[in-house]
Order: sequence, then C-alpha cells, then structure tokens
Amino acid sequence: MAIELFVFYFLAFIAVGSAALLVAMRNIVRSLFLFFLTLFALAGLYVFALADFVALAQVIIYVGGVLVLMLFAFMLSNKTLLNDVKEGTFGLPRWPALLVVILLGTIMGYTFLQFASAPPQWIRDAEQENRIITTTDNTVHYLGVNTMTRYLLPFELVSVFLMMALMGAAHMARKGGKS
Amino acid sequence: MIPLDHFLIVSALLFAIGLYATLTKKNTIMVLVGVELMINASVLNLVAFGRYDKVLFGGQVFALFVIVLAAASVAVALGIVLQVYRHFKSVDPTDFDSLKD
Repeated sequence: MAIELFVFYFLAFIAVGSAALLVAMRNIVRSLFLFFLTLFALAGLYVFALADFVALAQVIIYVGGVLVLMLFAFMLSNKTLLNDVKEGTFGLPRWPALLVVILLGTIMGYTFLQFASAPPQWIRDAEQENRIITTTDNTVHYLGVNTMTRYLLPFELVSVFLMMALMGAAHMARKGGKS
Repeated sequence: MIPLDHFLIVSALLFAIGLYATLTKKNTIMVLVGVELMINASVLNLVAFGRYDKVLFGGQVFALFVIVLAAASVAVALGIVLQVYRHFKSVDPTDFDSLKD
C-alpha cells in the first residue's frame, strides 16, 4: 500500500511538474518533449485507476500519433526556432491569466475535495455491493465485450467520425489547390 | 487502492495548467497542447470514476472515445494551422485578425 501510494505520488508529481514546466518554457521544442513526459506519466496514472487498456491506448495514440504530428506541424510552421532560445529559458508569467487559473484551480480542488468527502449515492452503492473494479479483474475482456454490445452504436459513430476527420485533415493540409 | 480524491486533485491541477497554456501561449501549437492537457485531465476523471462501474464500464469506454476524438481534433487543427501559416506567415494567434479577404 505504501509503495503503491509512493509510486502514485511520483507519477503525479512528474505529470503535474512537467506540465507546469511545459507552460513556463519559452522554447517550444522543449515544451513538446515535456508534453511527451506528461502523457507518459498520465498513462501510468491510468494504470493506477485500473484502466490498463486506456493507458496503452494513450501511449499508442498520443505518444505515437499526436505528438509526432505536433512536432511535424511545428517544424513546418516555424522559422524562428533558434532565436527563441537566447532570450532566456522561462518567459515571464502573464499575471491576469495566472490569477484566473489559480482561482479556477482552487475552486476545482475545493469542490473535488468536498465531493470526495461526501460521495454520491451510486458510488456508495457500488462500494457496498462490491461492484468496484479490482486489480485481479480482466478489464480488457470486459471492455471488449461492452464495446461490442452495449456501446456498439457510439463505437461505430466514432470510427466513421474519425475517418471523416482524418480525410478532411489530409485534404486541408494539402499543398496548392484552389485554397 | 488509491483514494478517489487524489485523482481528482491531479486532474484539477492539470486542467488549470492546460487552461493557462491556452490563455497565454503565443504559438497556436502550444495552445493546442493546452487543449490536449485539459482533455487529458478530463480523461483522468473519467477513468477514476469508471473504477466504480464494474458492470457497464462506462468510464473506461468513454475515456477511449474521448482519446480518439481528441486525436481527430488534433489532426484537423494541425491541418488548419498549416493552412493559416501559409496565409498569414505566422502562427501567433493574435496575428489572425482577418477572415478571408
């Protein structure tokens, strides 16, 4: 238990810390690689929430797809890559935005703590009737069965939507044409 | 088992950081990174609550859907960024000040 909690705090620290550093950095390439670190740590946190398939999907889709796409788009759209570096590692914080974000974070944190101290009825029911996912459950099996039965319609919709979006993206990023 | 509020606090922090990136960054790609951070915070919430749903698995299934939709939105958004860069020769969102001329 203690080790579990320690590893959880470690991963949470990496995720939040590299996200904060990502925001503070001025060099965009470094920020993107810190985003990589954040996504990996988040995948670890998903494993702690007993969602191992979601963690794998996160690693494959985000780290393998989205981040590479972002790096490519960055390289195709930036001339002043090396000029940024000489102005210092960290930019100055923008105080109004920082104020808004700190206020929102405090409100969200406070609400979440209140929420977790008095959980809603369905969570208490699940705890009493022992419907919580445990570490020995075969979650991938349940997930596959549920995707193919109860969630079949959203699954098909999402797959068609993904195809449409990728075709549209490929069409839009094309060079030349009528624009 | 990790208690629920730990996940919720981590996701609140990530959401706030993502909002800060979206509000302040001078590069559209970094704005997108902020949006992705916020989406990931919400996925963390979905997964954390999905642990209490052994029968329906709603949290995990919809976490997968959210990840797929985020990937689709990133692909489209980066296509738009490339086209806008060709038009304005800039990726700073404050420079995008006119519609099609």
